[in-house]
Amino acid sequence: MPERTVLDASDVRRAVRRMSHEILESAKGVDDLVILGIPTRGVYLARRIAAAIRQIEEIEESEAIDGQGVPCGSLDITLYRDDLRLREVRALEPTSIPPEGIDGRVVVLVDDVLYSGRTIRAALDALADVGRPAAVRLAVLVDRGHRELPIRPDFIGKNLPTSQSETVHVHLTECDDDDSVTIAQVGQ
Amino acid sequence: MSDSILVRAGRPYGQEPVDIVIEGDRIAAIAEVGTATADRVLDAQGCVVLPGLVDLHTHLREPGREHAETIESGSQAAALGGFTCVHAMANTSPVADTAGVVEQVWRRGIECGLVDVRPVGAVTVGLEGRQLAELGAMASSAAAVRVFSDDGLCVHDPLLMRRALEYVKAFDGVVAQHAQDPRLTEGAQMNESELSGRLGLAGWPAVAEESIIARDVLLAAHTGSRLHVCHVSTAGSVEVIRWAKSRGMPVTAEATPHHLLLTEELVSTFDPVYKVNPPLRRRADVEALRAAVLDGTIDIIATDHAPHPREDKDCEWAAAAMGMLGLETALGIAAQVVTRDENSGSADGGADATDSTDWQAIAQLMSVAPARIGQVADQGQPIEPGSIANLAIWDPSVETTVSGERLASRSGNTPYAGFTLPGAVRHVLFRGRPSVVDGGLA
Amino acid sequence: MIGRHLLSAQDLTSADAVRILDTAGELATVTDRSVKKLPTLRGRTVVTLFFEDSTRTRISFELAAKRLSADVINFAAKGSSLSKGESLKDTALTLEAMGADAVIIRHGASGAPYRLANAGWIQGSVINAGDGTHEHPTQALLDAFTLRNHLRAGSGDLAGARVAIVGDILHSRVARSNVALLRTLGAQVTVVAPPTLLPYGVHTWPCDVSYDIDDVLPHVDAVMMLRVQAERMAGSYFPNELEYSRRYGLDSRRMALMPDEAIVLHPGPMNRGVEISAEVADSPRAVVVEQVTNGVHVRMAVLYLLLGGRPEELMVEGADR
Repeated sequence: MPERTVLDASDVRRAVRRMSHEILESAKGVDDLVILGIPTRGVYLARRIAAAIRQIEEIEESEAIDGQGVPCGSLDITLYRDDLRLREVRALEPTSIPPEGIDGRVVVLVDDVLYSGRTIRAALDALADVGRPAAVRLAVLVDRGHRELPIRPDFIGKNLPTSQSETVHVHLTECDDDDSVTIAQVGQ
Repeated sequence: MSDSILVRAGRPYGQEPVDIVIEGDRIAAIAEVGTATADRVLDAQGCVVLPGLVDLHTHLREPGREHAETIESGSQAAALGGFTCVHAMANTSPVADTAGVVEQVWRRGIECGLVDVRPVGAVTVGLEGRQLAELGAMASSAAAVRVFSDDGLCVHDPLLMRRALEYVKAFDGVVAQHAQDPRLTEGAQMNESELSGRLGLAGWPAVAEESIIARDVLLAAHTGSRLHVCHVSTAGSVEVIRWAKSRGMPVTAEATPHHLLLTEELVSTFDPVYKVNPPLRRRADVEALRAAVLDGTIDIIATDHAPHPREDKDCEWAAAAMGMLGLETALGIAAQVVTRDENSGSADGGADATDSTDWQAIAQLMSVAPARIGQVADQGQPIEPGSIANLAIWDPSVETTVSGERLASRSGNTPYAGFTLPGAVRHVLFRGRPSVVDGGLA
Repeated sequence: MIGRHLLSAQDLTSADAVRILDTAGELATVTDRSVKKLPTLRGRTVVTLFFEDSTRTRISFELAAKRLSADVINFAAKGSSLSKGESLKDTALTLEAMGADAVIIRHGASGAPYRLANAGWIQGSVINAGDGTHEHPTQALLDAFTLRNHLRAGSGDLAGARVAIVGDILHSRVARSNVALLRTLGAQVTVVAPPTLLPYGVHTWPCDVSYDIDDVLPHVDAVMMLRVQAERMAGSYFPNELEYSRRYGLDSRRMALMPDEAIVLHPGPMNRGVEISAEVADSPRAVVVEQVTNGVHVRMAVLYLLLGGRPEELMVEGADR
């Protein structure tokens, strides 16, 4: 079975926009919000969500630069993974926590695909070493099921039922040719 | 009287095959193939027959370090390597610096009965370089010592060296010098070179050998005494010896198989099996030594067989002992190196590497000349009727893959483990009796 | 790719070295916070095996391993060193029996880490923490990291950077590793020493050679001063400390010859008043304290890259979830 597109560029755009609205609504404003993407594609999604929220809230770009926008950063979880010994050593990705920190704030973790939940488990551990948020929420573009840990997303772009013999690929223009989500059989 | 032996169809010096008949301890007749008979036949079809090899430089470790080698195990290794005579170096414990010790070594050699064991006497008491040992007593002893050496250490005091050279003239002895300036080689670990600089190992500069040789040939000329230079290892030393010989100075010199084959690059593994004194040198030195062996500047090939127990090599480089095994691999390496064709002699050659081997030269380098330098009467004789039947019979049609465990030596520190050397020793006759038959001890 | 061991700076490609430095950079930001510990090497056992005293190198490795949550065993083998060669093997077999995943070895004999890695005594990774007068690769990495932070804003390689290494090059493992690594990273290295303290064949090294520090200092971005040991005088390498200091020591006058932004490194411990004057050592241009901090990050990076992945014998099953 060839690779099949399940979300195209406009689907991705709409999903990001909807999640941004939902995040804003549940957080009741931007004041305590910190958005942290999990590298690689989670970081790009986090930036898109932060930009969308700014747009919705009509925050000027200059204010964002002054730190009055939506704090957005990246959280590398490599050093917290539970599967390091199963693979070749992985390169570290940047971690950048906004200068405001995360103590007492609502942190929204952003990742592209939610699958076993192990990445998010690692992210929660990493977060605990950075500070003590008031709450942690999870936003994912695709939830493909097959959880191995008691982890549940708060904001979902698309629920995508899959079999374990399939792989899901998220493409984002920041690092790929286009915005899309595709699905394929393993080995294709 | 023992039974007669027929060595059938061997090729003396690699020439046309003949039958060699041995009666008692002598060659009785040399006959056309198929015409002779005897009580016992040793098949030498296709084999090269050489006069039994004579090693002027062997460490047998007994007395004192019997866990490394004994006169018996060393004799076995020698016989299996084609030797019928070895010279046991004096750096034993106690040092072979008295008639008592050299006679003990000599008697033990006779008891083992595989090769002539000729003790080398120490030049100075305890190898300490301060006072002459009783050279005359050793010369007059039953062991009739003629070669004197502090090998392992250099007789570096010029006055002492002069006296030793003069003194041994009384009994036609020879001083075999380990040429190494001690001050220039303090803490030395390998050849001083670009590589030693990169590896951070203290260097053993060529000049430390060459300067001593230069001094000693001048002393030998001045005193009119015989000097023998042990294990020449550098191109510069070859030049000094060539110059001395051109001036008629009474000097002979030896090179070891390892210095004719291996280079210092092996040290970059930090595997102490390659640690030896003098150290492995540059490719240019190896080539100069080979040329010197072929043109006669270097008179003999001597093994510097130096057994060390495993614990002395199974450690970091600086802590390791210096030395390599050599008796059982010497002839295979010589067969590659001593050739009429200068382009052959690769490190890992195989059987056809010996097509151009110069067997006459090998007989000179490994039997005739060392017997002459060491004044060994019954060794190095021509393969002809009337000669003492010391013969090494070498089969060029096979290959030998070297393995430390399979060697007869009590130690395993061969640098050639895994090498495939051309040929194999098939039979050895020692004073008319087989010491090795079909590659095994008789 | 960095392999199983870190034995020599010469074994590192430019990409390997940059990867180690980049990893160290990330680790520096991660550990710049109140909870400095990472769970990455939990359950791994790291041994520091020091046959020579070097408290600063040992605690740097120890701290690096502990920040990655490895179990650390300090094995000080002083007194059992060179005179008893077998002890290296026996010690190695002991560590192997204890299940060491990595052995960090400091030894007085050049090449000792190679024996540990290649003699078949142990299975784990071997990290050379200084062997005789041969190499000290993590020192070179931390020096490169420090240089990169100052000269190249903390990223990429060191292409074009001009670095002088001054002092006892002959006996210096730091110099050997630095010449190799800095060259690999594209820097132009000049070694400066009296001829007696330069190794035979130094002209074949990938660096320039000078006997005159005053000629070199105006053209460097950094100068690395090496410790000169008093016992070298016994070997007639130079007449006395005073003459050495006059001809090769870095004092304020000489530092003024350097370009304004050029920095001063020293691997420590410093001989104040010999190779470096107190004024220079305490000046803002001396980055010695930074070197110490960076040492921990670089050693964390090395430990992570050697131990943070799959042990070689394991297969991929179950990976990549």
